[in-house]
Amino acid sequence: MSTAAPVLVALAQILVLVAALAAVHVPLGAYLARTYSSPNHLRAERLWYRAVRVDPDAEQRWTTYLMSLLGFSLVSVLFLYGLGRLQAYLPWDLGFTGLDPGGAWNTAVSFTTNTNWQWYSGEAAAGHLLQMTGLTVQNFVSAAVGMAVAIALVRGFARSGTDARVGNFWSDLTRGVVRVLLPLSVVAAIVLMAGGVIQNLDPHTAIRTVEGATQHVLGGPVASQEAIKNLGTNGGGFFNANSAHPFENPTPFTNLVEIFLLLVIPFTLPRAFGIMVGDRRQGWAILGVMGGLWAASLALTTWAELAGPGAAPQAAGAAMEGKESRFGLAASALFAVSTTATSTGSVNSMHDSFTAPGGGMLLFNMLLGEVAPGGVGAGLYGMLLLAVVAVFVAGLMVGRTPEYLGKKIGRREMTIVALYVLTVPALVLVGTAVAVVVEPGLAGIQETGPHGLSEVLYAFASAANNNGSAFAGLATGTPFYEVAQGLAMLAGRFVPIALVLALAGRLASQTAVPATSGTLPTHRPLFAGLLAAVALVVVGLTFIPVLSLGPVVESLS
Amino acid sequence: MATTTAASDLATLTRHSLAGLRMLLAFTLLTGLAYPLAMTAVGQVAFGWQADGSLVTSDGVRTTSRDDAAGSALLAQGFAGEQYFHPRPSAGEYDTLASGGSNLGPLNPDLVADIEERKAAVADLEGVDPADVPADAVTASASGLDPHVSPGYAAIQVARVAAARGLPDADVADLVAQHTAGRDLGVLGEPRVNVLELNLALDVAHLRP
Repeated sequence: MSTAAPVLVALAQILVLVAALAAVHVPLGAYLARTYSSPNHLRAERLWYRAVRVDPDAEQRWTTYLMSLLGFSLVSVLFLYGLGRLQAYLPWDLGFTGLDPGGAWNTAVSFTTNTNWQWYSGEAAAGHLLQMTGLTVQNFVSAAVGMAVAIALVRGFARSGTDARVGNFWSDLTRGVVRVLLPLSVVAAIVLMAGGVIQNLDPHTAIRTVEGATQHVLGGPVASQEAIKNLGTNGGGFFNANSAHPFENPTPFTNLVEIFLLLVIPFTLPRAFGIMVGDRRQGWAILGVMGGLWAASLALTTWAELAGPGAAPQAAGAAMEGKESRFGLAASALFAVSTTATSTGSVNSMHDSFTAPGGGMLLFNMLLGEVAPGGVGAGLYGMLLLAVVAVFVAGLMVGRTPEYLGKKIGRREMTIVALYVLTVPALVLVGTAVAVVVEPGLAGIQETGPHGLSEVLYAFASAANNNGSAFAGLATGTPFYEVAQGLAMLAGRFVPIALVLALAGRLASQTAVPATSGTLPTHRPLFAGLLAAVALVVVGLTFIPVLSLGPVVESLS
Repeated sequence: MATTTAASDLATLTRHSLAGLRMLLAFTLLTGLAYPLAMTAVGQVAFGWQADGSLVTSDGVRTTSRDDAAGSALLAQGFAGEQYFHPRPSAGEYDTLASGGSNLGPLNPDLVADIEERKAAVADLEGVDPADVPADAVTASASGLDPHVSPGYAAIQVARVAAARGLPDADVADLVAQHTAGRDLGVLGEPRVNVLELNLALDVAHLRP
């Protein structure tokens, strides 16, 4: 095989993925826009609203919308905590005990915030009932919450003078699940089952292997969870090995399906955004920035893994430690970039064993705030807030009051956006700093030197950005990490959401100003370039010191 | 004044939480029970073999009965006998209740030592030059249950397996070729050999006169 062949195969694989994403972009984008704009309810939805006694037509102010969202998330955390604690007394527990308080808290917060950080090993801790009625349910609703917030922000741009009304949370939540996530998950689950993903309610049974050893054949409703795990950019694996496990991801084909699922909604939402603000070109600009950053990260990571620098990959001949042979280097890099660039956090290879530059890129993807393309909903609202920063920066250069999509970006708006931009980095850096000076934090670190710092930084970047993937060498099943990461996940999810909704409310009450010849056009390549630069500069200025001490030192050594 | 606001905020949050609880219970029924159970029904009817874990008997025949199964085509077994092809190293010793990788970093000296040790052992066992041992033979997989090896790792095991079974190398190499899958759709993933299926096929072929 010539040396160019692996690169060509990697490229061809990426092209298949991009073609599939492109094929659904326009129709799915239109469908999403219609889902959240239509005044009509399905008959089943009417029954649903009547049964749960909520009014789906009441336009909520942003404060009420936030209150509904927080109320729903609060009971979600409590419900999941209870399920975890009481698992031993419920059916389908497979004989597992209840989770301990710290673990149950961490898991409840983790799945409610769309993070799906896992301190436990699924096959050794979670029974089928907890997986289905606890984890699968949160996979759906936490994704739908993310989409709802993004749509509320888009409405803020699209509406004028509405007294801060941004939609109805209950209707947005329900439609997100019933019209978008559930139908797509059904299709995806069937495709995955055909490809070999298991779907049964059997326990884990011991059998005799060919050479007479004992091995457990695992059971569980895996395909149904696998579908929404990726589609909702959740990432919590049914088993410890996540999408590297052959029962979760048995072939290169199912692997491509899973990567498609985790990218499809984040890359399609800009289309829905363009339609809803009445200017599709705005959606193209956002999509272009997301796609460009994703492609650049993919190129670097794929290069690093194919080249295989570092003592261990050099000794082995390739960076195959922590990778599956059916996927190989290229499909592992493609999955890893896509899962860290969205907020998914499922893994088909072990990121801790990636080459230093490859693993550093994955960390960088999360530190970028997961906006390229980002989590379901969270990616779009993150990118739109960066767009506000970009028009503000441009406004400073030319000395005009900045506007985005006809809305003036004044002092109050900028304050909200600045707080948003600062929240997650503060959580990451403070969390990491605390963990590397206190004894219980240091105790969890597996690797010495810069890679040890990378492990901790990765853990807090993952938690605060609601990603959920890990440099899994770090032992996080301890009270310190369970509690600290729980707090980082909670604050990293709901503080930004509150700020986004506050901004949506302010924008929705403004009257749109008509564009003039002095308005910065925000659909041109010039603006897209500025937006990408702002995203990179913000993360660069925030994280260069700590990145230098971690992955950069490691790459140079 | 401040306390009244706080109290009314709390009352509002409680009201929203109660609505949220009803909503959550409805979603639990829909997405936590109806959806996975319906998918289980579809899977059991339409894709029974896959849905039950791609089990095979010791004759290499597909089965959905765990009592008849000698293993799953998707889960590595820790073959160690001379007459069998060996899987990749496993961080969890092929224990399906402890899936996962080593998570050792790329510069970890212990990992480098593990790799050198495995390379020497494989080279010695297969009678090849250490430089010819492929990377997948000396690295632990991500799941610890990787059911495949690369065609390169299978190739260096052919002579040893053939000798142990008293078969011509060419016959064993033929079986390897039959159990080698190419890239999906021509470009996805990597070519691979399923170790359990290959070993079962060897047993079947070997016992036949």
